[in-house]
Amino acid sequence: MFEGEIFGLIGPNGAGKTTTMECVEGNRVPDKGTISVLGLDPRRDANTLRQRIGVQHQEAHLQKRIKVWEAVDLWRSLYTRVVDSDTLLARLGLESKRDSWFMNLSGGQKQRLFIALALIHEPEVVFLDELTTGLDPQARRAIWGLVTGIRDRGTTVFLTTHLMEEAERLCDRVAIIEHGRLIEVGTPDDLVQKHCPERTVVFTSDDSNVGGRMQALGPVERADGGEVGAVAEGGAATYTIRGAGDDFVTDVINVIAREGIRVRGFRTEIPTLEDVFLKLTGHGIRD
Amino acid sequence: MQPRFLQGFWKLTWLETKIFTREPMGFVATLVMPLVVFIALGRAFGVAKPVAAPQVDIPFNVAILAAVLIALSAVQSLVAIISIYREGGILKRLRATPLSPVTIMGAQVVVKLAFTVISLSLLMLAGRRLFPGIRQVNVFSFTAAVLLSTFSILSLGFVIASLVPTARFAQPVGAAVLYPMLALSGLFYPVDRFPRALRAFAYLFPTTHAVALLNGVWDGSGWGAHWVNVAALLVLFAGYTALSTRVFRWE
Repeated sequence: MFEGEIFGLIGPNGAGKTTTMECVEGNRVPDKGTISVLGLDPRRDANTLRQRIGVQHQEAHLQKRIKVWEAVDLWRSLYTRVVDSDTLLARLGLESKRDSWFMNLSGGQKQRLFIALALIHEPEVVFLDELTTGLDPQARRAIWGLVTGIRDRGTTVFLTTHLMEEAERLCDRVAIIEHGRLIEVGTPDDLVQKHCPERTVVFTSDDSNVGGRMQALGPVERADGGEVGAVAEGGAATYTIRGAGDDFVTDVINVIAREGIRVRGFRTEIPTLEDVFLKLTGHGIRD
Repeated sequence: MQPRFLQGFWKLTWLETKIFTREPMGFVATLVMPLVVFIALGRAFGVAKPVAAPQVDIPFNVAILAAVLIALSAVQSLVAIISIYREGGILKRLRATPLSPVTIMGAQVVVKLAFTVISLSLLMLAGRRLFPGIRQVNVFSFTAAVLLSTFSILSLGFVIASLVPTARFAQPVGAAVLYPMLALSGLFYPVDRFPRALRAFAYLFPTTHAVALLNGVWDGSGWGAHWVNVAALLVLFAGYTALSTRVFRWE
């Protein structure tokens, strides 16, 4: 990992994300191999390391009837260097919840409190495990904003997720693991470029001059199964054309412009991390 | 530099005390239930006279029953809290902080002992006001005996807490261990009249020694006469603690 980046560990449920996280935090003994965090051994130097890293666990809880400020106060008393609690709660939008019991917080508020507890001692690295699992889309987006903010303040973020959208939006670099093995590391864009260069353009047209030059760019298919170039019954037909590389979409647009093809609808399909994952592992993330 | 187990200890203890008082059911059950048993049985059967001889037909000592119930409810409450904390991942979360495991557990024990003292004080107050003829025992000696007993039984509570699979089982499993212990404790039927095998079995439980010690304090024979029970409570405490550190699960 690099300093100051958001690094994501992605993989399906049961791939070993949480296990890896626990080993790195020193809460679990690895079967074999060595781990180094900030140059320290997570088991041997656990006490030193805990002052320098922050953690948030998947589906964690606190005492039901603990108040937000009490949790923050307890955590503050455990670390040598701490941030001001009011500023921290304000930053996470929890200032109005200071006196609320943990059990009365919403899912998003609970996660924000856990982020606050993970950040209370200004850690150099913060570990976030499945931070947004079970949250509604708004709460999820709010959390993404907070995580980006953590990175922008100079803290390195290590997170796990099984949501490809989350990894794509949030992470500077991702590592894909499956069955406990690392299969690939890189920026989301690079991984997509490397493993899934294909691009697809889908457009709708009632012109008969779609064939020819278009077919020179790549295979063209018609959605209704009719012959490319023939006039479709009822006027318009939808065409799918596949190719690869950065210039492909531009090439298609150029052909459309040069041939004067009348286009009623146009969209591109660009592969995502999920496609990369599918390709590398042979099955989808949600299997 | 303070010892590591003291870091956050008093803060956590105070916090757990406050949290405990916010749970009305547990709070009331711990403080009030033994008191109700004491008053109801005391009214019905009369408060006990000292247990002088191993006669079967003498009424059991209601005050000592109430005192043991205080200890047992503290243990029940500890088992429940630990299993809930484990199931909810609270133990795991606390353990990922610089808090030492001894601190996390120690705070719970101190809270339980504190409420034992409060509960016992209420009991003694009720005894003095409602049963004027009740035997005046040495308050400090009796309190110390109850605390030592609670402490020892709590260590068994940790073993139970290690073994219950989920919070739902905490209550029934706790009761299944603690109430037979109470039945065998010698409170209702003298232990030395048990068949030999059962007697040996009964001595494995802290409650048996607790009842013997409390009877001793009650009838004035004192700690010296019951040093064997005191030693047994300490040995059982050490044994159960050692066992629970081996079998305890944090998640």
